[in-house]
Amino acid sequence: MKIINLNIDGKIIKANEGMTVLEAAQSAGIFIPKLCHHEKLIPFGGCRLCIVEIDAGGWTKLVVSCVYQAEANMVVKTRSEKIDRIRKTILELLLAHAPNSLALQELAHEYGADKNRFEKEASFCVHCGLCVRYCSEVKKLNAVGFIDRGINKEISFIPEIAAKECNSCKECFPLCPTSYLQAVFVLTEALSFPEH
Amino acid sequence: MDNKKIDYLIEKHNSEASSLIQILLDIQSENHWLPKEALERVSEKLQIPLTRTMHIASFYKAFSLVPKGRHEVHICMGTACHVRGAKRVLETVEDLTGIKPGETDVDMKFSLETVNCLGCCALGPVIEINGKTHGKISVSETAEVLNSYK
Repeated sequence: MKIINLNIDGKIIKANEGMTVLEAAQSAGIFIPKLCHHEKLIPFGGCRLCIVEIDAGGWTKLVVSCVYQAEANMVVKTRSEKIDRIRKTILELLLAHAPNSLALQELAHEYGADKNRFEKEASFCVHCGLCVRYCSEVKKLNAVGFIDRGINKEISFIPEIAAKECNSCKECFPLCPTSYLQAVFVLTEALSFPEH
Repeated sequence: MDNKKIDYLIEKHNSEASSLIQILLDIQSENHWLPKEALERVSEKLQIPLTRTMHIASFYKAFSLVPKGRHEVHICMGTACHVRGAKRVLETVEDLTGIKPGETDVDMKFSLETVNCLGCCALGPVIEINGKTHGKISVSETAEVLNSYK
């Protein structure tokens, strides 16, 4: 595999060709915040928190590092006033949905996001898709999926599959940044297979 | 809707997973809604996870996951129809059928939906019943048209 050099935050880093910017940064121990990324899963690009600035010949370009491939001699900045502002707004919007999420609060502290900036709209799910993708890509069980769209989009278990598979797995539970997944599971269980 | 019918529609599309939406549309137009059993059958035959089929069936407004009445009433609420009194037409239909948009009456006679444009603004206000367009409709005509459906 070809090794390429790129510059992240002023440090010259070696990365394998084909890696994403996020993977390259992680391999060099550079922290980029993220919610929807998981090493076992296909990059999703859903939360946009891992946004970084890259130098594109005299001007900077904002890219989502978890889905952007690292290129040779690329110059990347993982923190800047602009990036921090974008991350702060993303966090504030997510916090309007899940104000008590620990994962979000930690990041909010770092970026100075105010959880009361936007009116609360407690849907709890932040649509990171971790549970849905983990269940389908890693476990190949497809017990949980998205339904509906736009502001009504939510996660939903297929009761028949959940009744058979979930109690012995529950590997998606710790992935959820808001605990909403657990709530949906308990509700599904209560409604569809209480005897188990 | 029996499995034989569903299987026929699936085979019409060569049981290809990429034809999922077309198959669902066919079932929808045949049966007027997508029962759970039909979605399960399609998923099984096309080897698509049920979560994915559900995602798609709940995503598009063309699909219904609840039973529909015998006659589907679409009332255009687009700008042109709106200024020509679509609201009053809607209220009349609501009064006559006793249902609100998105609902179906107990006799399974009418299902009511509002739409944002039917594409024939010169005919506003427009209502469409079972695909038949009734243009320049007045409140009194609305009642007549609805009564003509049994």
